[in-house]
Amino acid sequence: MLEILGKTNFDFMGKRRFAFLFSGIMVMLGIVAVVQIARGSANLGIDFAGGTAVQLKFEQAIRIDEARKVLEANGLGNAELQEFGQENKLLIRLKASTTIEEKVAERVVAVFTKEFPANHFVVDSSTEIGPTIGHKLQEDALIAILISFAGIILYVAGRFEFRFGIAAALATFHDVLAVLGAFYILDKEITLLVVTALLTLAGYSMTDTVVVFDRIRENLRMRRRDSEETIINNAVNQVLSRTIVTSLTVVLVLIPLTLAGGEVLHDFSLALLWGVIFGTYSSIFVASPLLLLWPGASGRLLKRS
Amino acid sequence: MKKVSGRLTLLALVVILSVIFFIPSYQPFYQALPAWLKNVMPNKGITLGLDLQGGIHLVMEVDEDRAVEIAVDRSVVSLQDLLVDKKIPVESVTRTGPTQVTIQFQNAELKAQIQKMLDDYPTFTETESAGSANKLVWELRDIEVKRIKDSAINQALETIRNRIDQFGVAEPMVQRQGLKQIVVQLPGVKEPKRAKDLIKETALLEFKMLDEDNQLKLDLPARIPKEKEADILREAEAKLPVGDQILFERAVDKDTGREYRIPYLVKKRVMLTGDVLSDARVSIGQFNDPYVSISFDAKGGREFERITGDNVKKRMAVVLDNTIYSAPVIQERITGGRAQITGTFSMQEASDLAIVLRAGALPAPLKIIQDLTVGPSLGKDSIDKGIQATLFAGALVVLFMMVYYRTSGVIADFALALNLLCLMGALSALNATLTLPGIAGIVLTIGMGVDSNVLIFERIREELRLGKAVRLAVDGGYDKAMLTIIDSHVTTLITGVALFLFGTGPIKGFAVTLCLGIGINLFTALVGTKVIFDLMNQRHKVEQLSI
Repeated sequence: MLEILGKTNFDFMGKRRFAFLFSGIMVMLGIVAVVQIARGSANLGIDFAGGTAVQLKFEQAIRIDEARKVLEANGLGNAELQEFGQENKLLIRLKASTTIEEKVAERVVAVFTKEFPANHFVVDSSTEIGPTIGHKLQEDALIAILISFAGIILYVAGRFEFRFGIAAALATFHDVLAVLGAFYILDKEITLLVVTALLTLAGYSMTDTVVVFDRIRENLRMRRRDSEETIINNAVNQVLSRTIVTSLTVVLVLIPLTLAGGEVLHDFSLALLWGVIFGTYSSIFVASPLLLLWPGASGRLLKRS
Repeated sequence: MKKVSGRLTLLALVVILSVIFFIPSYQPFYQALPAWLKNVMPNKGITLGLDLQGGIHLVMEVDEDRAVEIAVDRSVVSLQDLLVDKKIPVESVTRTGPTQVTIQFQNAELKAQIQKMLDDYPTFTETESAGSANKLVWELRDIEVKRIKDSAINQALETIRNRIDQFGVAEPMVQRQGLKQIVVQLPGVKEPKRAKDLIKETALLEFKMLDEDNQLKLDLPARIPKEKEADILREAEAKLPVGDQILFERAVDKDTGREYRIPYLVKKRVMLTGDVLSDARVSIGQFNDPYVSISFDAKGGREFERITGDNVKKRMAVVLDNTIYSAPVIQERITGGRAQITGTFSMQEASDLAIVLRAGALPAPLKIIQDLTVGPSLGKDSIDKGIQATLFAGALVVLFMMVYYRTSGVIADFALALNLLCLMGALSALNATLTLPGIAGIVLTIGMGVDSNVLIFERIREELRLGKAVRLAVDGGYDKAMLTIIDSHVTTLITGVALFLFGTGPIKGFAVTLCLGIGINLFTALVGTKVIFDLMNQRHKVEQLSI
């Protein structure tokens, strides 16, 4: 039997004060990010904010400062540029202030054709999104998130106890907010794909939490004499090797996707990667200790057995 | 001992079905099959999304208000004609608001006579004109406004469909979305700009007479650079004769190759529109220059004959979307219902023009509110990279499981392969569209599949540590892990369903693979691998489990 960890007996619950402090900071960051998004001053992708994105693939390397100069000279100074090194790819983004009727994408292409006649390029992709669509997407995404959270709380509350549902939902919120906060601090663009990743990690983190809760429930029924803190601590320790192995395999999948999955998948995989790390941490250090904050005489679970 | 054979049969059935459904998704193999086999097999598999194969996704909005204005404008023209026919001298008939027509006249006695003409225009009602003796104001009825708006979008849909059909795109999608939006998806289009122009062009063809007498007085320049259009319009505005407008012809200097404009003074009145066309074809002129020859239907042909007969030696402008293509002098009455549209265009422009003329005009301009264009090269790049990374990631996981769980790891890997096969089969059966987020969803389900096995194996290990016999340990491990697996899958499923119901576009694609994957996962984890363990135990008593 190859084992990463043998039988463990870490005192996770005893460390909960440090965990709450750290998590509190991450959640604060996340809340700042949410407020900034609501105020429209976060780095929202054009799929939410509306605007234009054109990705060009050049034959020869192109200097980003030259490209910026050229765009400024042609009245497109508010463009954001991003390059994908080895392949001479350049992503040009212009946000909300532009509308589709101005044909910004065509203008960008025209500028580069004119100013770099020797360096041929193909248009890899071009996206133009009107502001109304962006608002609709924001709304849809928000509704999807709220509905799925409500559904999960209800399900977990039904299968376990109400406080389990709340703890699981809070832990999941924590993970989503932490990753969102990290994206905000690093000024990464929040696109539709990143939101998809956030929802995925919500699902993943929920799974992780449920696995731990399941064990807690089982232990609560079997050993009534121990203190709740001991029961929870034991449960976390018992599923620890499963938690680590699972997280490890998911990380094994995500690392190649982040590093070599191409630019489209990069931010998506990155968000998931962080999400897995936070999700693993939160099911041990956030969700389970939260149960202790609300020691509801653990009524139903004990009676049922 | 539970019976194994029933579950084995079920497993085999699922595998066979998955393979059958998946085959059409892999075209090289599907095409090589004999015809009789193809006939009994499903013929459609997974379609690749635009992000994977390149193409265009457009969301457009019909400018409904403009459609109403255009309809009112038409009524104005026909009313003018009718007034001329009936020899009623009015000063002006103009559209004075989005749905309002004002008729002004000197002679107050005409009022009753004109009021009676309202009978011919049942879609209008008279408003607020009672007070004035020299003015009548008509307003388009609300119900008619609604009808025009409604039919505008249907007509636009129809027209776009026609144009795309003639342009030739494999599996295009043209759909109405909500009240006034149209979604067009053209996968794998090689010339995105051309296709977009073709869709967006209003293609309103009109024949209008030049106002040559007044053109001299107005002293318009013979040619102007194309940037100067607005200046000319501004300068001439005050001097413009009633019922006239200035339109420009697009032309190219043969020596320098530069584009320029020729301003013309044109009578606003429309003599004939593209409605009466029956066909439009590209032809080649004597200097190898392409032009479009058009044929009128019977009614249009007669009308054209009458107009040309009445206006011999005068110049008539061929106007498309308010740009003059040519303004030839009518040499004689033209019979036979044919005409030509010449101008400076390339072969491709001429053939696109013929397409839009054949397909008909849009009822109103379209506004593009979302435009996603993915070049074929990016599509190929991202698919190659995505697949490579996924394969590599998959290999890592398979290897890890074999090292960590030995023989049991191999069983888990088998479950993984089964998972992937079933998922592909299910996606094919649903003719789902696979997008990049969809691939991400597949990766996630693989992760969850592994998780289920890890949960089970860890539980079996715990049971073994307690000193239980192999068969009991396996059964106990499965039993205890089952509840956890179901709980964790259902919670994720809830997320997936919410995303599917409320998400749009790429999110939806992700949700589909996620939901399917979860269902299949449950099956392979709880039935697939268990069968193999049971089989191992059935053959001979296993003393030591490699886990």
